[in-house]
Amino acid sequence: MARLEDLHPDLAGFLREHECPDIDTGAWRAGPPLAQRRVALVSSAGLRRRDDRPFGESSVDYRVIPFEKRNEVVQDHLSASHDRTGFHQDLNVVFPLERLAELAEAGEIASAADYHYSFMGATDPVRMEAAARQLAATLRADGVDAAVFCPV
Amino acid sequence: MSGLAHYFEDEGVPTVVVALIREQAERVRPPRALWVPFPLGRPFGAPDNAEQQRRVLRRALALLEAPSGPVLVDFDEADAVEEEDAAWACPVSFAAPNGGSDDLGRRVADEVTMLRPWHDLGVERRGRTTLGLAKTSIEEAAAWLAAFAEGSTLPAPAPEESMADNLRWSAEDLKAFYYEAATAQPGLASENRLESWFWEESTAGELLKALRARCLADGDDTVREVGEFMLVPEAHLE
Repeated sequence: MARLEDLHPDLAGFLREHECPDIDTGAWRAGPPLAQRRVALVSSAGLRRRDDRPFGESSVDYRVIPFEKRNEVVQDHLSASHDRTGFHQDLNVVFPLERLAELAEAGEIASAADYHYSFMGATDPVRMEAAARQLAATLRADGVDAAVFCPV
Repeated sequence: MSGLAHYFEDEGVPTVVVALIREQAERVRPPRALWVPFPLGRPFGAPDNAEQQRRVLRRALALLEAPSGPVLVDFDEADAVEEEDAAWACPVSFAAPNGGSDDLGRRVADEVTMLRPWHDLGVERRGRTTLGLAKTSIEEAAAWLAAFAEGSTLPAPAPEESMADNLRWSAEDLKAFYYEAATAQPGLASENRLESWFWEESTAGELLKALRARCLADGDDTVREVGEFMLVPEAHLE
């Protein structure tokens, strides 16, 4: 069980005080009511389909995870400090694709996107800017007007 | 990572971030963030607890209707306490299967054989496995790790990839195999019980500790980093 307070003080301190680049653009996008939105998930767990290209330690690109490929997902973001036992048992612990589909089915959101995405964690977000902006444009073209960012 | 939300928002896509480390969310100030009080690696709560996962997702999505921001909200629910089932005692006994052989590779191979039916059952039930990073069978990955830990050399499972990647992929597959098998067995084990079973009772745990020592003594920086950060959690270092 790895809570921040259980980690080695050096690592916990690093994670708490980790230098975060100032990329606050101040942008704020409003949208329609939730029940009219199309939602996609974006993970930073280094998730990918098993037969897709592995993420490297500091990959700045992303992988596409179609909903119907959810049972083929493996995780490249590895660290002894992360508890992966939840992920081993249930993908929804880190990437709640099935919960999102249920909310769409119940009409709480308009739809869940067909495609969802993952970046690699522990990578400088400034180096990911081009891929992030390109993916955002792709989401808009797909009619997605809500992205849920899932950490690990 | 929550910094990426700024780029998406700038491109016209509304975002909400689920955050495990509140201090980072405070500094990065994504437009909307929900802090959750769960362990690292479990942002949506406990496995197989669909109701809890749904509550986290609903609470995060609700922030999309906030009139202005940035907003950082705490998920106001105590961590679900997992009830440990007294029946879970790992039905596979790891007691000296080879008459106490000191051959690490052979002992791990025996454990893998004993756990195999439970792993198969888990895959069948869940319809998925998280294995497959090492690009080889778990039997070969385990044999290679044991040989490496003991100082002999066998060809790496993926010789075209770096030694560091081969090590971390095989080690993660080994852990995943054990945990997927153990959680397919009858009864419900708490995270702490599972961890102590793996790290203190299984030969795989012993192997990864030996592997860590071997990696830390390696001449390659990237192999030493694997030893330092990827193999054994802080709580189980001796």
